[in-house]
Amino acid sequence: MDTPARLRPMLRAAAIMVATAVAGPALTSPAFAADPIKIGSVVSATGPAAFLGDPEAKTLKLYVDELNKKGGLLGRPVELVLYDDGGDANKARTFATRLVEDDKVVAMVGGTSTGATMAMIPVFEEAGIPFVSLAGGIEIIEPVRAFVFKTPHTDKTACQKIFEDMKARGITKIGMISGSDGFGKSMRNQCLKVIGQYGITVVVDESYGATDSDMTPQLNKIKNTAGVEAVLNPGFGQGPAIVTRNYAQLGIKLPLYQSHGVASKSFIELAGPAAEGVRLPAPAILIGDKLADNDPQKPVVAQYKSSYEKTTGQPVSTFGGYGYDGIQLVARAIESAKSADPKKIRDALEATKGYVGVTGIYTFAPADHLGLGTDSFRMLVIRNGDWAIEAPAR
Amino acid sequence: MKAILRSRLTPLIALALIMALVPMIAPTSFHLRVAALVWIFSLAALGLTILMGYAGQVSLGHAGFLGIGAYAVAIGPARLGLDPLLCIVLGAALSGVIAWLVGRPILKLKGYYLAIATLGFGVIVALILHSETELTGGPDGMSVSRITLFGWRVTGALNWYWVSAGALLIGALIALNIAASPTGRALRALHDSEVAAAGAGIDVSAKKLAAFVVAAVYAAVAGGLLAAMNGLITPEAASFSHSVELVAMVIIGGLGSVFGTVLGAAFLVVLPQTLTAFQEYEQAVLGLLIMVFMIFLPQGIVPSLRALIEERLP
Repeated sequence: MDTPARLRPMLRAAAIMVATAVAGPALTSPAFAADPIKIGSVVSATGPAAFLGDPEAKTLKLYVDELNKKGGLLGRPVELVLYDDGGDANKARTFATRLVEDDKVVAMVGGTSTGATMAMIPVFEEAGIPFVSLAGGIEIIEPVRAFVFKTPHTDKTACQKIFEDMKARGITKIGMISGSDGFGKSMRNQCLKVIGQYGITVVVDESYGATDSDMTPQLNKIKNTAGVEAVLNPGFGQGPAIVTRNYAQLGIKLPLYQSHGVASKSFIELAGPAAEGVRLPAPAILIGDKLADNDPQKPVVAQYKSSYEKTTGQPVSTFGGYGYDGIQLVARAIESAKSADPKKIRDALEATKGYVGVTGIYTFAPADHLGLGTDSFRMLVIRNGDWAIEAPAR
Repeated sequence: MKAILRSRLTPLIALALIMALVPMIAPTSFHLRVAALVWIFSLAALGLTILMGYAGQVSLGHAGFLGIGAYAVAIGPARLGLDPLLCIVLGAALSGVIAWLVGRPILKLKGYYLAIATLGFGVIVALILHSETELTGGPDGMSVSRITLFGWRVTGALNWYWVSAGALLIGALIALNIAASPTGRALRALHDSEVAAAGAGIDVSAKKLAAFVVAAVYAAVAGGLLAAMNGLITPEAASFSHSVELVAMVIIGGLGSVFGTVLGAAFLVVLPQTLTAFQEYEQAVLGLLIMVFMIFLPQGIVPSLRALIEERLP
């Protein structure tokens, strides 16, 4: 096509004007022009673990929406690719491959159960994509894997919290009565591993079946063992409530320590007046309104509780809090890495220092991919059928 | 044209062509992985096609055999130090022997009683896999070591695609040969009427037992491949809902049709992956689609379509 020479500069000017007009709006609101940053998730929103996975799924959706309302990350919108594994580790594994190979996510927040997490770990480790798990098991982060992090505290943290409290009270000899279910066994093992560091010894070690309805014989044995100064009951579900009632019926006056596994109102209801004076470690979210005003976690917990309850109309739970911390940690890592490259996100995650979350205050390190200390638990005591924060023992 | 439609080898050639085509159009390796899952579940459902389509016997516990095959590949190398490939063979053999032992008394039952008895078997296998935590890893399952095929370590979606496609082709060839053999004819005879078949000199219970054992071996091989490809197996593989899914694959595709079985398996493997957009309504949409298919194509997809085409042809 022949264009007369004198027309060319005019055409060029017109072209530039058109280009500016098209590109202009795109430059001023880049969030709508850029590719979304994809964050993947596989949780058990249905099935037997739905009481854990459902609040996690709702929390993740809620906070990805919030992120986008604030303009996304790095000026790009955030897209949450969420799959439901129905509580089956095999399905979780399939969805994990889908997230990596098909959806091409840059990070993953999910894995409701330890089983599902362990099934998905090889997929993300192989692909080099950071994976923040929402499951409790200590095997997720011990041994440390380069790309795997987790937000919920472990049984070990709870054990340490309890032993710190015992040590401060001068207790050195304890009796233990553990449930023989998965939770009870795991916590008993974790406690026995760290107990030596606190100069405490177990002088009598009993156990009960998860469905037993009477623990009087075991407790009687503990009562008749000389030198016991306190009793610890790692357990989950009904067992600890029965232990607590039998404990009161036998008139044992020693302090009784329960685990974080019973940190819910239903435990107080089940155990009744016998629960009076029972001590246990619990996450901050359980006692949000009772936290001291200068507690750094207080505003975070209050903000999460109010927006979750407003959006979903359901009471807030510890499990949703794991999801909140997971997505916030990843969002912060993307911001500080100034990149959506999975490897850089991983490095930024590992460099996280002092992030104040719902579950606790996280500081990751190359050798610590949980990043929570015993300060993520509060030592509570049950008084008048409600939680009370125990004054720090001296 | 009719001759082509009725030829024994047509479904096999069509299947091979599709298998060759899929890798060319699959956009990501995830799609290949799903296709490999289709071949593997087709193999398991093919065994059921022999049992249900040819012999007319219902098994509601077939995932139990799949579970046995899968856990053989998981447990053998991890706990006994056996070669994973050998374990697929051992798992198939074990599954066949168990089917023979269980089938002898069960196959004397008819109709509902047979269905309930096989259901019971499937539930028992799932229970054992759930509760023998020391051996099977419990509800969270156990991981499976990689398979080495003549010094070649099978990893990656494309390799597994070809391995599973090859296994299915062999399985389909055997199934088609059984259908054309005297045993296949005997099975179809007893499908129509056990009394008449016995009158014609067919050993009814022996033939039924043979079909049951063959179906169990198919399921076990498929289970072994499934476990080895996923690198992980959970007791869910042997669950009752999985048994029902296998039966649904056979019925949706078309009872007794090899190509239909593959189509049925494709339907039930691919749909849940595409329906994830519906999230909590996924199961409802799946159920609705199955109902629509059964109402409008009551003979199953392939036989209904074949009848339709044959009607139109001169």
